[in-house]
Amino acid sequence: MMTMMGLILLVLVVFLLFVLSSVASIYNILVGLRNQVKNAWAQIDVQLKRRHDLIPNLVETAKGYVKHERETLENITKARSAAMGAQGVADRSKAEGSLSDAMSKFFVVVENYPDLKANQNFLALQEELTSTENKISFARQAYNDQVLGYNNKIQMFPSNIFAGMFNFRQEQFFQVENADERQAPKVSF
Amino acid sequence: MWELIAANKRKSLIIFIAMGICLLTLGYCVGMAWLGPDAGFFGVLIAFGVWVVLSLISYFAGDSILLYTSNAQAVTHDIHPQLFNIVEEMKIAASLPVMPRIYIIDDPSPNAFATGRDPQHSSIAVTSGLLSGLNRDELQGVVAHEMSHILNRDISYLTFAGVMLGSIAMISQIFLRGSRFGGCSSRRYRSGGSGCGQAQLIIFIIAIVFAILAPILARIFYFALSRKREYLADASGARLTRYPSGLASALEKIGFSNIKLSSTNNITAPMYIVNPLQADGYSGIFSTHPPIQDRIKILRGMAGGASYLDYSKAFSAVKGGSGGIIPSAALSDSASVPIRDAGVEKEAPKDPKDKTRETIDLLRAVNNYAFLTCACGLKIKFPKNFAQNEFICPRCGRKHEVPSSNNVLAAAVASAIPAKPVTATAYGVSPQVYARKNVGWESFNCSGCGALLQLSPAFIGTSLACHSCGKEIKIR
Repeated sequence: MMTMMGLILLVLVVFLLFVLSSVASIYNILVGLRNQVKNAWAQIDVQLKRRHDLIPNLVETAKGYVKHERETLENITKARSAAMGAQGVADRSKAEGSLSDAMSKFFVVVENYPDLKANQNFLALQEELTSTENKISFARQAYNDQVLGYNNKIQMFPSNIFAGMFNFRQEQFFQVENADERQAPKVSF
Repeated sequence: MWELIAANKRKSLIIFIAMGICLLTLGYCVGMAWLGPDAGFFGVLIAFGVWVVLSLISYFAGDSILLYTSNAQAVTHDIHPQLFNIVEEMKIAASLPVMPRIYIIDDPSPNAFATGRDPQHSSIAVTSGLLSGLNRDELQGVVAHEMSHILNRDISYLTFAGVMLGSIAMISQIFLRGSRFGGCSSRRYRSGGSGCGQAQLIIFIIAIVFAILAPILARIFYFALSRKREYLADASGARLTRYPSGLASALEKIGFSNIKLSSTNNITAPMYIVNPLQADGYSGIFSTHPPIQDRIKILRGMAGGASYLDYSKAFSAVKGGSGGIIPSAALSDSASVPIRDAGVEKEAPKDPKDKTRETIDLLRAVNNYAFLTCACGLKIKFPKNFAQNEFICPRCGRKHEVPSSNNVLAAAVASAIPAKPVTATAYGVSPQVYARKNVGWESFNCSGCGALLQLSPAFIGTSLACHSCGKEIKIR
């Protein structure tokens, strides 16, 4: 009888250990995924900031060449300060959107200034800006990929049980309200 | 991505076990043939030892050995901003924790590979031929394909399988060469004639047969592993860029190129985006890559979107069957992945000659050449250890001072160090101010000693010190 009890106890203990360790591993996976989502969100900010940093250089380089386009350049500078000062997700995405608009207008104007287009500094800046626009859209894309993985994990069995228990909430996808903004501004040189 | 990595792990495990059995059986046979019927397990031990040693070497130095034998040279953002930016874009899209190191191989044949033991220690190498032949979107496609190899852990699996194949090939080579001098007969003195009895002879023959077969078997396994990975990396690459046509047209260009890659061999061939050794169209159990035409057709067939599901559909349309190339778990994500528009090329397509020239200059920059544009427009390139101090332009006869130690990069680095304030006060005069014209290389004379100073287009500082008298010169 005693050996029987011992055996049952042993089975119970082993079962309990198994359950505990799987809960721990699910919890850890959820934490890892949530951190990746956060990190992906931070990446978007990094790239937006990089764009803000590049713009003064661009304006400085272009100034000497596009004397008649003072307004276009001022618009970029204004949109940049607005984007840097904007608070909250909605405001920021709007401000960044108008910055993109101002930039694409500028790049259309550039077409008329072959000297500027041949400038080494400008060419280098142009590559950096094109790439930064790409990086912004790839960062958004990566964020959505991470959110998808995270949300899937939260909804799927058995992790959905523990996600509710430990308060892992679903994350929102990054969505651009204006369909035009979904694409990086058409930078044509 | 999680599901893909997990599925990858499971499938690779089966192939690893098959290769491992090959290796240990080979060890067993060789042990029995050389050291007597009882020494089979000793042979297994030796085979295992060889494998462990080679694995350790490849784990810690595999990527550097591969890059070294391919003559790959590391590049930074300064040398090729576009390549660096594209890799960074893909790093962001793939949410990779660290930036892979970037290398350029000086070879006119367009190709690329990724290596490294894990995503934290990875490298991407491209040939100069690839850089000169592809536009931005195509280059992005190739980099995305390589990034997928890193992301899906293919680089580590391929390295691991390559090491196993290497161990098997090594042991069987040693055995076959050793046996040429009369296997058991050389040990007759020890076992008193009985060593080469009937049974021993049979074991010996079996061992020889297996020593010939094992590397072939292992190669088939290795290549099977490699082929699957290529489709998967194409699918992931298309998904990362959201632009399958970029990779498709890059593959077209690479496939149509008939220049052969010079530094490659059987073991490294599966690592490249397109097998550098194989003729077009060949496909079978001995091919490392799927036929390139099929890969292009599948990518071109992805009309609806860039998701794994779209790739899988296009795959079934081209190859028939239900696909099965993408792990089913990855197909379940229902989110639609729209294809983006083509990136706009910065300028009208360049003359291919100019693009090649640009790439050659790029390689010169990697090798510390100095560049100087003469007043007549001729671009003069000085190798690192140019023996003369002066040089006469072959076109117009102007005399130039050879830029000492200041290649484009060194100038940019040196300029970042501000000139010592002491030098300015030592002259007791306000520092010379030079206004930049921003037209390539600029040269002017130092007002202190008259030495010719050259300013690289890459110069970003606000002041520099004259190289002969040390006077500070402000740059505006």
